[in-house]
Amino acid sequence: MKLPIYMDNHATTPLDPRVLAAMMPYFTDKFGNAASRNHSFGWEAEEAVENGRKQVADLIGATAKEIIFTSGATESDNIALKGAAEMYAEKGNHIITTAIEHKAILDSASWLEQRNIRVTYLPVGRDGLIDLEQLEQAMTDRTILVSVMAANNEIGTVQPIREIGALTRKRGILFHTDAVQAAGKIKLDVDDMNIDIMSLSAHKIYGPKGIGALYVRRKGPRVRLTPVVHGGGHERGMRSGTLNVPGIVGFGKACEICAKEMESENTRFRALRDRLKERIMSQLDEAYINGSMEHRLPNNLNISFAYVEGESLMMGLKDVALSSGSACTSASLEPSYVLKALGVGEELAHSSIRFGLGRFNTEEEVDYVAAKIVENVKRLRELSPLYEMAKEGVDVKSVNWARK
Amino acid sequence: MAYSDKVIDHYQNPRNVGSLDKQAKNVGTGIVGAPECGDVMKLQIQVDEKTGIVKDAKFKTFGCGSAIASSSLATEWLRGRSITEALAIKNIDIVEELALPPVKIHCSVLAEDAIKAAIADYQRKQNNGNGSK
Repeated sequence: MKLPIYMDNHATTPLDPRVLAAMMPYFTDKFGNAASRNHSFGWEAEEAVENGRKQVADLIGATAKEIIFTSGATESDNIALKGAAEMYAEKGNHIITTAIEHKAILDSASWLEQRNIRVTYLPVGRDGLIDLEQLEQAMTDRTILVSVMAANNEIGTVQPIREIGALTRKRGILFHTDAVQAAGKIKLDVDDMNIDIMSLSAHKIYGPKGIGALYVRRKGPRVRLTPVVHGGGHERGMRSGTLNVPGIVGFGKACEICAKEMESENTRFRALRDRLKERIMSQLDEAYINGSMEHRLPNNLNISFAYVEGESLMMGLKDVALSSGSACTSASLEPSYVLKALGVGEELAHSSIRFGLGRFNTEEEVDYVAAKIVENVKRLRELSPLYEMAKEGVDVKSVNWARK
Repeated sequence: MAYSDKVIDHYQNPRNVGSLDKQAKNVGTGIVGAPECGDVMKLQIQVDEKTGIVKDAKFKTFGCGSAIASSSLATEWLRGRSITEALAIKNIDIVEELALPPVKIHCSVLAEDAIKAAIADYQRKQNNGNGSK
């Protein structure tokens, strides 16, 4: 077993060697600009792009023409929200999203709020899922877009996408989903699920960084989005800029591999994830799983270890890459807003660790990580005044802490 | 963010972890911070009542590595000091010793607060014991 171990695959994933192999020629011999219409270099690049487009489309049951390439999912989310708000301004000015979306959605939404768009942020339950009745009640005649992520990046919970799509279609409201974490792990079909716009990213599915896509429905309804980036009218005018040919080739290959291997990979993920969970939970008291285990990505686990602060725990696992909802690990110095939205107390949000299994993790690594977690949680609890108080029968929540 | 060697050393080998009898008259206890803020430090001193010298100091900390290191270092510095000398420990001394980055300065502030709270608790007990109140 090689150290350090990478188990933070919701943040990014390593490039699959098969993806790299497919990309290599497009950095050197086949360097053409896909927009060059008059010579073979351009034709070759264009052919590669169209092949990649088809591979991406196939993963989500779309047609190639409905795929717009972007620099990544953050850009895709920006185009989806801002582009729809601008294009459909005459129809309405209301967008519905959720409290646990990625910042690319939440920050775009708050930007729109300053420009006279009304945004409803649906709450989630303790399981991390939205309530469909609340969604239905939030819809008005002025609602132009519902944007709900397919799977959450921190707790891996999978929203009822098909049910949401049925509701939006019935009301004639556009449905966007940020499927960055879900793609390649759960079966997505844009027609079956009535999805109109979808954000995708390559580097979360063993493809390269710097390339993403936006699915934009062409028929029933034909969705139009005002571009955010102008200049040249590439990608059906929705996203100008010279195409990242090697990136697209890699993205396509990554999608093709996911489509082919999703089922067997998920079986493997589930076994590894459940092993990790079992090993940790059976050896530690007061460890709490955040979010639904039933409606969850097979490679995700998110646990709060009461009385232990997340960053200090990760420091003890210095040869394992994980992430934490602790404020100390975030730029904002606030604990995870996702966990807060679930109603997980702030003290437990500080104590959370996210495990993101990936294609290249092994059973041996899982066992190592579980043992390290158990060892360090026990050690840090011996150092924790809160654990001591809890053992003495003091309800830590009832203490009148001197807050600053 | 990379941790300094000293922070790592205190985190891996924390000095003076534990608890003293919080009921004892010559023990002062300071608990500062709040769980929802991600930092709670408990710092205790045991004082020689005749000489006023800190004989022992113990801590327990819930918090990041820098918070653990700050309180561990504080207990090291407290031992053998008089109360007056202990009150002279400033957060900036901890920042310098541990090479804390700006985002971790609050950890050192918390450690200074914990020292002051423990001393205040000790002095309160002493005054009460003397029947002055």
